[in-house]
Amino acid sequence: MPRAGGSMSDWFSAKKNRRHETVIRTGLFVCAALSVLTTGAIVYVLLSNAVYAPGDKTAFFERVTVTEFLTSTQWKPVEGDRGRFGIWPLLSGTMMVALISSLVSIPAGLGAAIYMTEYAGPRERQFLKPMLELLAGIPSVVFGFFALKFVTPWLLKPVLGLLNLDVSIFNSLSAGIVVGVMVTPLIASLSEDVIRSVPRSLREAAHALGSTKFDVSMKVVVPAALSGILASFLLAFSRAVGETMAVAIAAGGNPVMAMNPLKGSQTMTGFMVHASTGDSAADSISRMSMYAVGITLFLLTLLINLISGWILRRYREEYQ
Amino acid sequence: MSEFVDQPAVSFRQGTDTLLRRRLLNAKVFRTVCMLLTYSSLAVLGVLMGSVLWSSLSRLAPDFLTNHYSMNPVRCGILAGLWGSFWLVLLTAAMSIPIGVGSAVYLEEMAADNFLVRLIRINLSNLAGVPSIVYGILGLSAFRPLMISLQTFFDGTRAINVLGLFRVRILHLEIFDGSVLIGAMTMSLVILPIVIIASQEALRAVPSSIRVASLALGATRWQTIWRQVIPAALPGIATGVILAVSRAIGEAAPIMMIGVLTVASMCPGGIETPLQLLQDPISVIAVPFDQFTAMPVEIYDWSKQPDPQDRFTDVAAAGIVVLLGVLLIINAAAMIVRARAGRRIQW
Amino acid sequence: MTDEKSALSVPPSVQGVDRNLDTSSHSAAIDVRNLNFYYGDLQVLFDVSLKVPERSVTALIGPSGCGKSTFLRTLNRMNDLIDGTRCTGECFVESQNIMDPDVDVVLLRKHVGMVFQKSTPFPKSIFDNVAYGPRVAGERNRAVLADLVESCLRKAALWDEVSDRLHTSAMALSGGQQQRLCIARTLATQPKIILMDEPASALDPASTDRIENLIGELCASYTIVIVTHNMQQASRVSHQTAFFFKGRLVEVGPTMKIFTSPGEKRTEDYITGRFG
Repeated sequence: MPRAGGSMSDWFSAKKNRRHETVIRTGLFVCAALSVLTTGAIVYVLLSNAVYAPGDKTAFFERVTVTEFLTSTQWKPVEGDRGRFGIWPLLSGTMMVALISSLVSIPAGLGAAIYMTEYAGPRERQFLKPMLELLAGIPSVVFGFFALKFVTPWLLKPVLGLLNLDVSIFNSLSAGIVVGVMVTPLIASLSEDVIRSVPRSLREAAHALGSTKFDVSMKVVVPAALSGILASFLLAFSRAVGETMAVAIAAGGNPVMAMNPLKGSQTMTGFMVHASTGDSAADSISRMSMYAVGITLFLLTLLINLISGWILRRYREEYQ
Repeated sequence: MSEFVDQPAVSFRQGTDTLLRRRLLNAKVFRTVCMLLTYSSLAVLGVLMGSVLWSSLSRLAPDFLTNHYSMNPVRCGILAGLWGSFWLVLLTAAMSIPIGVGSAVYLEEMAADNFLVRLIRINLSNLAGVPSIVYGILGLSAFRPLMISLQTFFDGTRAINVLGLFRVRILHLEIFDGSVLIGAMTMSLVILPIVIIASQEALRAVPSSIRVASLALGATRWQTIWRQVIPAALPGIATGVILAVSRAIGEAAPIMMIGVLTVASMCPGGIETPLQLLQDPISVIAVPFDQFTAMPVEIYDWSKQPDPQDRFTDVAAAGIVVLLGVLLIINAAAMIVRARAGRRIQW
Repeated sequence: MTDEKSALSVPPSVQGVDRNLDTSSHSAAIDVRNLNFYYGDLQVLFDVSLKVPERSVTALIGPSGCGKSTFLRTLNRMNDLIDGTRCTGECFVESQNIMDPDVDVVLLRKHVGMVFQKSTPFPKSIFDNVAYGPRVAGERNRAVLADLVESCLRKAALWDEVSDRLHTSAMALSGGQQQRLCIARTLATQPKIILMDEPASALDPASTDRIENLIGELCASYTIVIVTHNMQQASRVSHQTAFFFKGRLVEVGPTMKIFTSPGEKRTEDYITGRFG
């Protein structure tokens, strides 16, 4: 229907415009939907190689029982009778590195977040924020190098040597420390956002009750922001669990039940790099086991991220 | 509670209350601890840079940039990784930027709030947390078979009819395992969530008054987005996208999975100097399908070299200096974009 | 009564407030002399001098941006928290100039409590909110804290409503209850002076009423300075009223006098609603 005052050609061009827009809209929707497709593809690839393989391939769990995978404490991904496929050595290696990293990143990240929100002046903050971003931008492989060539020989060996402790060249401690440094900026910036979102009125009220700056920070602001801060810890932990290159370089490749942080261990990610770079055939058990490890890693990080996201959402609702 | 008059005289002078003196000391200690924690992270950054630079000095020479891999650490260079990373990032950017910015525009400007869109949003935030090595598995298991079937198409024996007029022979292309294209496709998936989220933030920063004003003047939704919103958000998008793409330069895990070369004495397409690229631009066609290595992969390999005298340590350190140098240049570019845009546009 | 002679209608006061009280016989709890205040280069208070008699209510009134809130916040040095502020002049509390650099603001704020416009309960339990002040000041004894919490909640007329759920979150209370909780929390630090920055402006009429009555009760033992936009409220709850305009103290006097026969034309114009 022609609009009042408009000619027919106007109307046609408007119609053409609309069709044009529908095409663009659809195209952009496809772009956005691609991310869902990616997730679907990841899940399909992991499942089809680990759980149930279509066609003539044999999936990992068609050769190895889930019970063995979850209960055995040995990891020897080789063909034949000597093969042992318990996830625990890799899982414990991963957890050890991630826990050590948390011991580094939680105090450093939270301290930095509190310092930047509560103490640093605007100019100091303008210096600190880009510096932390710079730290966050350093590639993982560089941290691996730093752990192997500096932290272990120049820091751990001399210091722990004084205590008569024997530090291996490859060890979980150095890997954990550098991963901790790596994820510190993540905790710092997420916690900073959360702490900053605590209303100013709450701080003023605390001051008005005769609080010192320490009381305001640690007894009012941080407790008020606690759930959000917790979410940032979890996110950093999940990042540490998925961290690959630094760990593959520094922790070594020995899949043992890791109990000693001064010895080498292998993490899930470390094993995956190892398995994919070896020359084993595509359908060898070593290759296939990579998918089982991959699915464990995927589920573990997804779970932690979901919990963290849930906490963060609830926190935001509280202050809006 | 006691009455007003019964109270002893109050003093507000500092130091009159011993308990408070202790509390204030606590506060001071706490502040110092927080400060030390903050600066210790930066100190680690300094030590890292310092030790890498120190260790790299013995190998950091112009020929490090122009030499190939060598068993002899003194002659070992990063040329293959430099070109490999260059092509990888170029292709990654070419794929991830249009898709990423497009997704962001859709989600921020066009999407209705229905189930599917909410699914995309939730999925996106979770995808950003998936470890990059998992994308490597996807590349290894999905993209490589794809390339193998492509290889059978480009085997040089086929031809197609164009409108029944010409018969065009399909050229023979050698598609290698672990090619630049597979690497870039994998890497695109890794950085896509970051590109999308950064672009979304830039679009969100554009005040809605601009949209309303444009729509009120009779522009259609798309005209508004294309002519007003995107230009206004462009500096923000550019900054975010540059930083996301720079992630792709430092990432090694996903491309390790797809079977990238760890020891390489060749550059993709055989292009070793920019001059060569100018003289024979056609050789670029072979680049995406060629094997490659990348700087972080080489650094990984050098760090792990079992060399009794640790001579490859210096090579790895020199590689890191080059890698960090490249990243620094890119980050500086992003900062300049941000600073210039900040001066021009002020809401 | 002066009420009858006046053209202005003044509402009845709340219980416990005598608006004709001759406050000159009271000693001053706060004595401000020649106070100037600056945000950066912008001067917002000009040469303000004001005496606040002890155990009475002083209302600060005036149009938005007249500096009354800023003035209130200088009385416990709350403005110290804002960067780039500067203050000259003197302000005596307990015969000490609180503007002195060697005054400890923590001690001062324990003595001079403050209640804000927006209720600001901490996201903790009701008990922990009230016990916050004594706890940071070093009180650890649970029995002492419990007694203190009860007495403060009683004084704030909140005890009956919350005594059975002291350990539930304070965020679940209604707006009016939250504000009374904030008053209780302030009382728990055992101040002598309480500053109130529009304490009822965000509340419904019933809650406002309760807060006003509470002020009437508290002024028997505390010195209260209250900033309010609500002229009726000022006239109901205060002994003394100070009118601020454009950063200057225009007039101060017994509330009844200010509301019935103000000495200044501007005061009268403001009170009768000709501007503001």
